[in-house]
Amino acid sequence: MRLRRLPWPLVVLVAAFFVPALGSRFYTFVANDVAIWALFATSLNLMVGYTGLVSFGHAAYFGIGAYTTGLLMKKAGVSFLLAFPAAGLLAGAFALVFGFFCVRLTRIYFAMLTLAFAQIVWAICFKWNEVTGGEQGMPEIPYPSFDWMEGLAAVVPLVGGYRTSEYFYFLTLVLVAACLWLLHRIVDSPFGRMLTAIRENAERAEFIGINVRRYELAAFVLAGGFAGLAGGLFGIFNRGVFPDFVYWTKSSEVLIMTLLGGMGSFHGPSLGALVLILLNQQIVSYTEYWPLVLGTILVVLLFGFPGGLAGAAGALWTRAAGRFRRA
Amino acid sequence: MLEVRDLWKAFGGFQAVSGVTLTVPAGSISAIIGPNGAGKTTLFNLITGHLTPDRGRVLLKGREVNGIAPHDLCRLGMGRSFQRTNIFPRLSVFQNVQAAFLSHRGRGWNLVTRVDRLYRDETVAILAAVGLLDRADDVSGFLSHGGQKQLELGIALALEPEILLLDEPTAGMSAAETREAIALIERLARERRLTLLFTEHDMGVVFSIAHHITVLHQGRVIADGSPDDVRRDPGVRRVYLGEIR
Repeated sequence: MRLRRLPWPLVVLVAAFFVPALGSRFYTFVANDVAIWALFATSLNLMVGYTGLVSFGHAAYFGIGAYTTGLLMKKAGVSFLLAFPAAGLLAGAFALVFGFFCVRLTRIYFAMLTLAFAQIVWAICFKWNEVTGGEQGMPEIPYPSFDWMEGLAAVVPLVGGYRTSEYFYFLTLVLVAACLWLLHRIVDSPFGRMLTAIRENAERAEFIGINVRRYELAAFVLAGGFAGLAGGLFGIFNRGVFPDFVYWTKSSEVLIMTLLGGMGSFHGPSLGALVLILLNQQIVSYTEYWPLVLGTILVVLLFGFPGGLAGAAGALWTRAAGRFRRA
Repeated sequence: MLEVRDLWKAFGGFQAVSGVTLTVPAGSISAIIGPNGAGKTTLFNLITGHLTPDRGRVLLKGREVNGIAPHDLCRLGMGRSFQRTNIFPRLSVFQNVQAAFLSHRGRGWNLVTRVDRLYRDETVAILAAVGLLDRADDVSGFLSHGGQKQLELGIALALEPEILLLDEPTAGMSAAETREAIALIERLARERRLTLLFTEHDMGVVFSIAHHITVLHQGRVIADGSPDDVRRDPGVRRVYLGEIR
């Protein structure tokens, strides 16, 4: 049994590239949605799972990223090549300012302040008509240009002949994979270990020489920055940017994904994004009571699988592997 | 090494520490003793920056350290262990000590290197010194109480302190565990030329290893000197009601 040794993230990435080949625009749409939310949820998990900081306002940075890319590409005609990193940088800059105040508080007060800042951002997006389009939002964000892909197709076989939305899906896959790889390096680095030490015991962490607040702020900024990148992609994917990207329900949705998938594992939040989005698609076609279903899932999860799906799968795997070895 | 001058601290109306002065010379082993509620832990927290004194000064190597945050004190060479065991419970034993090395050697802001292999040899050496090498990969929260105390000592040692403050290092240990722990602490202090300041309620422990003893009672120093001086002091005898023979 060497299944565990397979580079699973790579397998999933390669498989994801073949989704458009299934021929359904809907599948590609869902896969694109999942990829973006996977990055968003994983960025949140840097705080929740690794540093022990529960944020109720992570959508603020997602939204700031979405508005940044949207404004730059639609109103200023800036290329995606610049607008995308700008989303991460601006969201990170806001996270630096908001985080500076938030890390001064602990636990529930920290969580409430993240929510307060997110609602301020939402109010600005909702009311600042001249810039953000206010309540109506900002429709018709252009896709990045994929002419170069068509050009490439003349030389390399198999890369041409896709729809723009499919090209954008490929681009999303590459960028999300790169971001997740970066995040994985970060949590596996000495810096990541310092964050875990803070999560485990902040008082002791102080007394091994860790400046707890500064590390928490750094985690806040990184999480905000990556959420901004996810938001940048989402605005284009959604063909428009709207104030509800920043609304608190988005913050809770991404938090639920993280918990559902399992904040104890790196890939847990991505799994949570996949499961929640698929469930949503399925259930909405049967009933309009999605929030009811979501609430029920959450209750079962919190009592039955505190480690989330990834935690439950890991335990199941260990048990199965043990039985296999004994047999 | 460490000097405390006329330190005061009150909580509301309760005067926890009243005008404590004490000196810990470099290379010595000093103990602070006193009955429950004498102000030992408060004094410790004042010295280690967890509490701010109302009045008075704390000098580390001649430098005033009042109001300095714990993480900075740590860099100035002060290590401490806690009365309530204080480790990173869901990290492995190895990771606990390694985290201390990473932080102390200023590698904490490295975001790219893989953490697994850093300071392996140093961490292994510390684990061997505190007798936890065979438990290196265990989750530290599952260690016995004595084991967690050993690990805490290991974390403190990884910070390469010049002075080590131990708050009740044998609290909650059996007699046998206490003997072992004290032998370990004494050996480590000798080998690493550490200055040691500890609080303790077990008189046997105190009189067996301390060079210098300060007795606190109701927040005041009532005796201060060599173990023999303290043993003979009539005030101390009265407070302990003949506990010391």
